[in-house]
Amino acid sequence: MRKTFIAELIKLAKADERHVLLTGDLGFMVLEPFMERFPDRFINAGVAEQNMVGVATGLAESGFIPWVYSIVSFAALRPYEFIRNGPVVHQLPVRIVGVGGGFEYGHAGVTHHGLEDVGVMRTNPNLNVYAPADAAQTASLMGHIATMPAPIYLRLGKNENAVVSGLNGTYVPNAPQHIHQSDNVLFLSMGSISAEVSQVMDALRAAGETPGFAVLTNITPAPIAALKDLLSQYNTVVTIEEHYIDGGLGSLIAEIIAEQGLSTRLIRNGVRKTANDLGGGRNYLLSKFGLDMESLNAQALELLQA
Amino acid sequence: MSNAIRKIILDQSHRRHVGHIGSCLSIADIVGALYDHVLPADYDPASPDRDRVVLSKGHAALAIYAALRLRDIISQAELDKFLGDESYLAVHPEHQLPGIDFTSGSLGQGLSVAAGCALAAKMQKSDRKVYVIMSDAELNEGSTWEAAMFAAHHKLDNLVVILDSNQQQALGFTKDVMHLANLSQRWEMFDWQVHSVDGHDHAKLAAAMQNLSTDGKPTMVIANTTFGKGVSYMESKIRWHYMPMSEEEYQQAVSELGY
Repeated sequence: MRKTFIAELIKLAKADERHVLLTGDLGFMVLEPFMERFPDRFINAGVAEQNMVGVATGLAESGFIPWVYSIVSFAALRPYEFIRNGPVVHQLPVRIVGVGGGFEYGHAGVTHHGLEDVGVMRTNPNLNVYAPADAAQTASLMGHIATMPAPIYLRLGKNENAVVSGLNGTYVPNAPQHIHQSDNVLFLSMGSISAEVSQVMDALRAAGETPGFAVLTNITPAPIAALKDLLSQYNTVVTIEEHYIDGGLGSLIAEIIAEQGLSTRLIRNGVRKTANDLGGGRNYLLSKFGLDMESLNAQALELLQA
Repeated sequence: MSNAIRKIILDQSHRRHVGHIGSCLSIADIVGALYDHVLPADYDPASPDRDRVVLSKGHAALAIYAALRLRDIISQAELDKFLGDESYLAVHPEHQLPGIDFTSGSLGQGLSVAAGCALAAKMQKSDRKVYVIMSDAELNEGSTWEAAMFAAHHKLDNLVVILDSNQQQALGFTKDVMHLANLSQRWEMFDWQVHSVDGHDHAKLAAAMQNLSTDGKPTMVIANTTFGKGVSYMESKIRWHYMPMSEEEYQQAVSELGY
């Protein structure tokens, strides 16, 4: 999604001089096209994420729309209080762009895993949070949010080629994207792992099963009414997220089920413990925490055939 | 203006029975010089092309509220909402109040935001200036030094920091908490232009704030101040970071200041 992000940002910047890009010295082989095209609106703030968000706050107050780019943990967590006291408190159009949610930087080690960003960001009611499911959806999402006055946290995946089949790059604000309707179990995912979930769904459908499938991109403000409608159609909903089990999508759905008085049963899939023992690549880590396609497929079959 | 600022600081702190008095008195002359002599006569807090003022040491907001009152940016009725309910006049400032460009109170964040404003002015080819009032304790924060590097790298010669160098912080003297030896040299080594002046001399403060670099350096005005300036029993006393005044202490303070 990173290259798509940059391609879209170049289009936005071409049409509107307010868009500027800041990076915390990351984005090799990704950001160069923007840097070359708009050198006066590209700022490498160095390895100093707190200052970068502070600078973005000042730029936004002065009329710019700054996009602040780094890896999830350095974009969202290191400067969190600057995000809170800056764009959030002042309601300025700063876009915090965190790349590589979940285990996408698996081999880089635990400092580079992005497992709590959505939870942290979501607690702030005045910070809009989006986790697009694939590159095509990132492109349409960016068109929707480009000039929104509110501050934004955008969680981007690394994989350019993964596609959520049936989504066709659709982004509709204030609603989950309901890809496969069914009266059976609903599988609901957030962010990049939706591509793997989509493959599991396709395989199940090819085998004659009829799972419901939806992705949620617009995490905050949560589309509560639309989610209530969706969840009410199913007896069981299974959430899948590359995130700690608490604070993200599964927590959001649990809140909605409880507060709306729904009888839908919820099964949450996420990372249930800190990855502080043997590490590895993304696929290894997904399987270690039960989020790989084989595990998801086995869980789905059990539920669908129950 | 600074005598009037001090009077408002004492009156409002007494009325609401709150502390941070020493920190406010420490910058009364800095604020007076800035609002009386440096900000233009037509300074309009609603204009997008106004100079920006960032009170990075947010706990001294009452000194700024006083200046805003004296420049007639806020009314007496608004000022009297200080620490009231349904009020934007908290201990630390809120940006919704006219004349407050940024909410502050978390130390070490103001310089980064100000650097963003200064960079924006450069990008927009405006000659507006950005003034930051910072405490010496904020030099403990790593983000201050991130911003110091950024401002020098981007040649933000429209950025002026006035450092309230009163040598004190909440729990002790800076020399005991985090010693700031060779302060001028530290900033010069970060490629800033440094002026070190008497922080209670309006003319010198104003001249320093207006003496900008001709070779692209941001300006650091080290204002050598006395914490609690003007009230004998508060001067250089740690307890007056937090303590409110008793009735007797208030009477003595106003009497010493000749109100």
